[in-house]
Amino acid sequence: MLVLIYLIGSITFIVGLKMLSNPASARKGNLVAAAGMFLSILGTIFLYENEGQRLGNYPWIFAALIIGTIVGTLMAKKVQMTAMPEMVSLFNGMGGACAALISVIEFNHLLHTTTDLSTVDTTKLLIILLGLIIGAVSFSGSMIAWGKLNGKIKDFAFGGQHIINLVILVLNLAIAAYVILFTPEQLHMFFYVVVALSILYGVFFVLPIGGADMPVVISLLNSFTGVAAACGGFLYDNKVMLTGGILVGAAGTLLTILMCNAMNRSLKNVLIGSFGGGNTAAAGSGPSGGTYKEVTLSDAAVVMSYASKVMIVPGYGLAVAQAQHVCHELEKALESKGVEVKYAIHPVAGRMPGHMNVLLAEADVSYDKLLEMEDANEEFKNTDVVLILGANDVVNPAAKSDPSSPIYGMPILEVEEAKHVIVNKRSMKPGYAGIENQLFFQPKTSMLFGDAKKALQDLLAEIRSI
Amino acid sequence: MNWISAHQEMFYVVFLMIFVGIEIIGRVPSVLHTPLMSGANAIHGVVIIGAIIVMGQAAEDDILSLVLGFLAVILGTLNVVGGFVVTDRMLEMFKKKK
Repeated sequence: MLVLIYLIGSITFIVGLKMLSNPASARKGNLVAAAGMFLSILGTIFLYENEGQRLGNYPWIFAALIIGTIVGTLMAKKVQMTAMPEMVSLFNGMGGACAALISVIEFNHLLHTTTDLSTVDTTKLLIILLGLIIGAVSFSGSMIAWGKLNGKIKDFAFGGQHIINLVILVLNLAIAAYVILFTPEQLHMFFYVVVALSILYGVFFVLPIGGADMPVVISLLNSFTGVAAACGGFLYDNKVMLTGGILVGAAGTLLTILMCNAMNRSLKNVLIGSFGGGNTAAAGSGPSGGTYKEVTLSDAAVVMSYASKVMIVPGYGLAVAQAQHVCHELEKALESKGVEVKYAIHPVAGRMPGHMNVLLAEADVSYDKLLEMEDANEEFKNTDVVLILGANDVVNPAAKSDPSSPIYGMPILEVEEAKHVIVNKRSMKPGYAGIENQLFFQPKTSMLFGDAKKALQDLLAEIRSI
Repeated sequence: MNWISAHQEMFYVVFLMIFVGIEIIGRVPSVLHTPLMSGANAIHGVVIIGAIIVMGQAAEDDILSLVLGFLAVILGTLNVVGGFVVTDRMLEMFKKKK
């Protein structure tokens, strides 16, 4: 019976994930996978048998399940849309920690039940250690990623760190191999060294990577946790853990590669080359202290109302200000004046792929007004006014022209091709990549300072009065 | 060689799931990358089953296993429940679109 349940569970994971890859069936796909998971969990609790023994400690198990469910639901429901990627990272870390803990417990069991260390089941030890290392790395890495997206942790880089990371990794794997092959007397000690090194590696792995690259890192860590779950599957010869784990491991890896392709950067570049050779952050890239022009609301309103074509470039600032609805109102007001309005969506605008699409969809902006980057880039030369709403790095020309820039090589929206560029930001502070944007100092560009929501509301009022 | 044939079932499962995973992700619109990542995140919460087994098998006086197991189940549940709920919220946005 449990075999059947696990089979159904595995099928729901496959079917659910498949449905998740299509907008029309995505929501149902999520529910399908959830149902399969629920069934598998219940089945395990009541039907699992090992050498004729059912599972015990029901009060503990149910208490933990209830606590986790309540806390998890509250956390997931209360978080703002803009904080979604951090939540994915946080929950991913929880999964990794769970896998690592399982390994810790099983390791202890193994030691207590093996009187003569030379007869220890090495395969089991190998699986336990793999699950431990991968789970721990995923846990600490995900926590750092969560902190970065939160703003609590800054990018931190130091010279030679990639060598140090490599050393930590090699040392960790060497110790693990030693433990498996030679089962020394002080097994316990080595085990906990591996735990510590794994956690350390996870931290150092993610720490230097820029905040804008976090979704890629999270996707990679996601697949790691999948593999850690699969290790659990090997350990207990549990088919549903194995299928779920490998499925996510493989799918997650490919998804990571796809995300990199969308940014036109290689995974290696994201993980190692995030600084493009040297330091990142405010100081350093390009001449600072250029002069910028500000535009008044009424001038902006006029130039936009009398334009034939306006392109809006939404960015993180729009999401933070929750100004998507006002933006839609502005779009409608302009269109009633005969202006053609479209939106240029950069693949990594915002904090995650699809962020802007989701934001604008929430405001009922028509899907066909959203242009992908390649299409938008072709239309900028025919555009009279580009209105940039809280986007920064995705329109930074340094990506094309400055090889020392951290964002060099990333394809951008080529807004300078248009006749006028109006940039709405709260201040002149740098965006996520922490660098200056030469676009703001160019002759065609003028700045419209203010919170996106207020600025748009005021602009809308002006436009309506024309 | 014996080891491989003894575990051949497992090899089949692993290779097939890798193939399935890659096939499924093949043609995903970039707009769905994040919800998909979130959904996959929830699915790997299946690791909770291992935690349940570990806790369920712990002896009554094995405090370490009970406490760590308890923690592991909570963490696994957070992954599963949090994961599916967050994914659902992300996908809510898609219901009005075509």
